[in-house]
Amino acid sequence: MAALPPALAEVVDDFAAVAPRDRLQLLLEMGQELPPLPERFTASHEAMEQVHECQSPLFLAVETEPGAVHLFFDAPREAPTTRGFAGILHAGLEGSTPDEVLDVPDDFYVRLGLAELVSPLRLRGMAAMLARIKGQVRAARDGRATGASE
Amino acid sequence: MPLPTDPDAKLAAYAHPERLVTTAWLAEHLSDPGLVVVESDEDVLLYETGHVPGAVKVDWHTDLNDPVTRDYVDAERFAALLSEKGIGRDTTVVFYGDRNNWWAAYALWVFTLFGHPDVRLLDGGRAAWLAEGRPMTTEQTVRTRADYPVVERSDAPVRAFRDDVLAHLGRPMVDVRSPSEFSGETLHMPDYPQEGAVRGGHIPGATNVPWAKAAAEDGTFRTVDELRDLYEGQAGLSADDDVVVYCRIGERSSHTWFVLTHLLGYEKVRNYDGSWTEWGNSVRVPIEQGA
Repeated sequence: MAALPPALAEVVDDFAAVAPRDRLQLLLEMGQELPPLPERFTASHEAMEQVHECQSPLFLAVETEPGAVHLFFDAPREAPTTRGFAGILHAGLEGSTPDEVLDVPDDFYVRLGLAELVSPLRLRGMAAMLARIKGQVRAARDGRATGASE
Repeated sequence: MPLPTDPDAKLAAYAHPERLVTTAWLAEHLSDPGLVVVESDEDVLLYETGHVPGAVKVDWHTDLNDPVTRDYVDAERFAALLSEKGIGRDTTVVFYGDRNNWWAAYALWVFTLFGHPDVRLLDGGRAAWLAEGRPMTTEQTVRTRADYPVVERSDAPVRAFRDDVLAHLGRPMVDVRSPSEFSGETLHMPDYPQEGAVRGGHIPGATNVPWAKAAAEDGTFRTVDELRDLYEGQAGLSADDDVVVYCRIGERSSHTWFVLTHLLGYEKVRNYDGSWTEWGNSVRVPIEQGA
């Protein structure tokens, strides 16, 4: 199995290190640490992709440069779980290379030990976010490759 | 001893005013012995961001659903949960939550399966409490353990299974989902995850009354006259009807179950919690499409 990017591995270790009941608190904190959305996204969600699989409205945007992927999330304050999932992905993947992002196992979130506390159904939202991030990273990479060959 | 009924004039007009409390009543009785406030939300972390002082949390996924079988927890698990939350069989339980008390009504309905005597909803839920600037805290609630008895669930009076619904065809049924789910145009409510039904549409003969119509803009329940107009004037129900309500997994319809049972006083309302995720996947059950 591919190794997780170091920052994501650290987040997973943080979750593994605390007692199950403290994992919810950690998830809450991850959501609180989600950076505010830059101005270019706040006016409208048009430039962002909605993750319909999340229980509450979540919008994400991915910007890629050759060596780094940048992630932007918009999740309402009344949806702390969804914000927490976004916070985990932001803390773990912001600034990673496109390949590192694409290599993250789709089921990495099972290692967070949240299934019993949050329920597997809710965790699907995080899987969906990762899938859409990868989709955008792939599209950007393929778009660039096509552009170069022209 | 159950706590006194909220004497509020709006509540007094409902069939069972003792099933609802106002924010003012709750604020006044918050520290009464014999009362436990339960927060039940869609989002499993919302309680942790701040809750009514002294409230405990009950989560519909992780506390009330059986982790393996598609069913509610059994009598032992329910007793253990309530004991841990400091709720005894004679405790007055007031539920509140997000989104017009959607999940709070669901939790209240599950407590009803176990016959918990005194269950009430906070009119307006979490939003009303917050809008009035009433106190919220992140302080961990510590309640003395209670000794809740092991009481077997009695599903039949308020819960319908698929075969019950098949036998009920031709009698009043309310589909509380969005109009596009009802017509079969979509399989899940707008902006929500698809929870896997292979067919769209509704149970033949069901009337579509989206659940949230029972709530006013501020999240409190509509007045008894407005509710009568909605369910009787427009949807054609009457108080002595035998009614089945359903949605997608039985949560939105517990809200409507509460309205028909406790606010309008219908005596025979059952919630079909298998709802569309079961019906829309069942082989050879009849389905109707279109508005």
